Amino acid sequence: MKIGVLALQGAFREHIQMIRACGTDAVEVRLPVHCDDIDGLVIPGGESTTISKLIVEYDMLDAIGACASSGKPIFGTCAGAILLADRMDGKKQAFLNLIDIDVTRNAYGRQIQSRESDVTLAFSPATPFHAVFIRAPIITAVGPAVTKLSSYNNTVILARQDNILVSTFHPELTGDTRIHQYFLTMAGEGSC
Amino acid sequence: MDTFGTMLVKTGLAEMLKGGVIMDVTTPEQAKIAEDAGAVSVMALERVPADIRAQGGVARMTDPAIIEQIMESVSIPVMAKVRIGHFVEAQILESMGIDYIDESEVLTPADEKYHINKWKFNVPFVCGATNLGEALRRIGEGAAMIRTKGEAGTGNVIEAVRHMRTINDEITRLASLPEEELMTESKNLGAPYELVKMIARDRKLPVVNFSAGGIATPADAAMMMQLGADGVFVGSGIFKSENPARRAHAIVQAVTHYNNPEILAKVSKSLGDAMPGLEISDIGKENLLQLRGN
Repeated sequence: MKIGVLALQGAFREHIQMIRACGTDAVEVRLPVHCDDIDGLVIPGGESTTISKLIVEYDMLDAIGACASSGKPIFGTCAGAILLADRMDGKKQAFLNLIDIDVTRNAYGRQIQSRESDVTLAFSPATPFHAVFIRAPIITAVGPAVTKLSSYNNTVILARQDNILVSTFHPELTGDTRIHQYFLTMAGEGSC
Repeated sequence: MDTFGTMLVKTGLAEMLKGGVIMDVTTPEQAKIAEDAGAVSVMALERVPADIRAQGGVARMTDPAIIEQIMESVSIPVMAKVRIGHFVEAQILESMGIDYIDESEVLTPADEKYHINKWKFNVPFVCGATNLGEALRRIGEGAAMIRTKGEAGTGNVIEAVRHMRTINDEITRLASLPEEELMTESKNLGAPYELVKMIARDRKLPVVNFSAGGIATPADAAMMMQLGADGVFVGSGIFKSENPARRAHAIVQAVTHYNNPEILAKVSKSLGDAMPGLEISDIGKENLLQLRGN
């Protein structure tokens, strides 16, 4: 099994390290051709405006969409979650629209409001997960098909709909691999 | 329990900027051009380094009104510069909610001996360095991100290359030393022993390292990435060129596809004139910005 990490901009190296730490191969994805033989895709944190422009510029929109429709799992963290969301500030995004959530960018405020906090994962509740929020978005609404996997301050911060997983925080910045392992289980569940 | 202003959230924002271009801007209009071109962040300034160099005089923190206008004009993070050692300029910027502070040699230093104690702030700092010892002193003072200094406002990449190669060489050397030599090495570098040990073990800086000072073309930016930069700052190189929007866009592409010569060739075409450059030897040692605050 091989997981692709979208390497247009942002913290892609950390995701690759985390996936490899779980014992799975990971490769950088920059062009559509790189999507051909991957079994799952991570869209990392970074600047969502920058990454979205680069996705469009290099025809990655269709490649990511094809990945999703073939059942391969996709995991978006922070900026990645914004790019996968169906809506932003109540308005449908003209983008990937792969998960039925509504997001607001930089919703906690500027960098000074970036924070760390312990949260609980629905699939691993015994030990708290140390969540790092950096100029993070907030998921303001989730559709009925979305499973809430963790929350913080009464908002969902980790959510799944079928083969799409999103987090508003950065599990790749701490040594805790539980969320990446969960994602890899999703990849194992798929037909690929 | 929520914790704010930790080293992890400070270095974390720098991690999110990796593979990106941070552009100097002096107006909200320029900030929009930078954001539209795909910049990951903008540096709000009154004058770009090339103008500071040409006009001379004391260069200070930018008028907060200008910084505020720029902060309101874009959704990407906004950085601003303070003079080396000028902790009150830093307090002012922190109170305004700036996302990153650059304690910068491009401005006229306020303190000839000491840098700001950056641990006292919740806002993260980026600092310049020309070699490993300097980088580690800044990290020891609390910097959460490093940029190699290069020579700002010259459009000449040679100093950026020299500083990146120097730091890489010094890291490689440290990693090759037996443990008993590290204390003496710490003394020679003028760097904290704990950080020296960390570098010897990890073979990399504990924070993100961007390249700055002299990058003027997509090829310059891609070369700095191939030399190991995590991303680039482009100061005068964009808004002192003939077609800033095109050049900004091209440099963003070049930083993402830095290992792909075909894409680099494509994005380098027909960008108009780059900024006029300066030969380093013509500047005179007394006018080199990189020697300030080492």
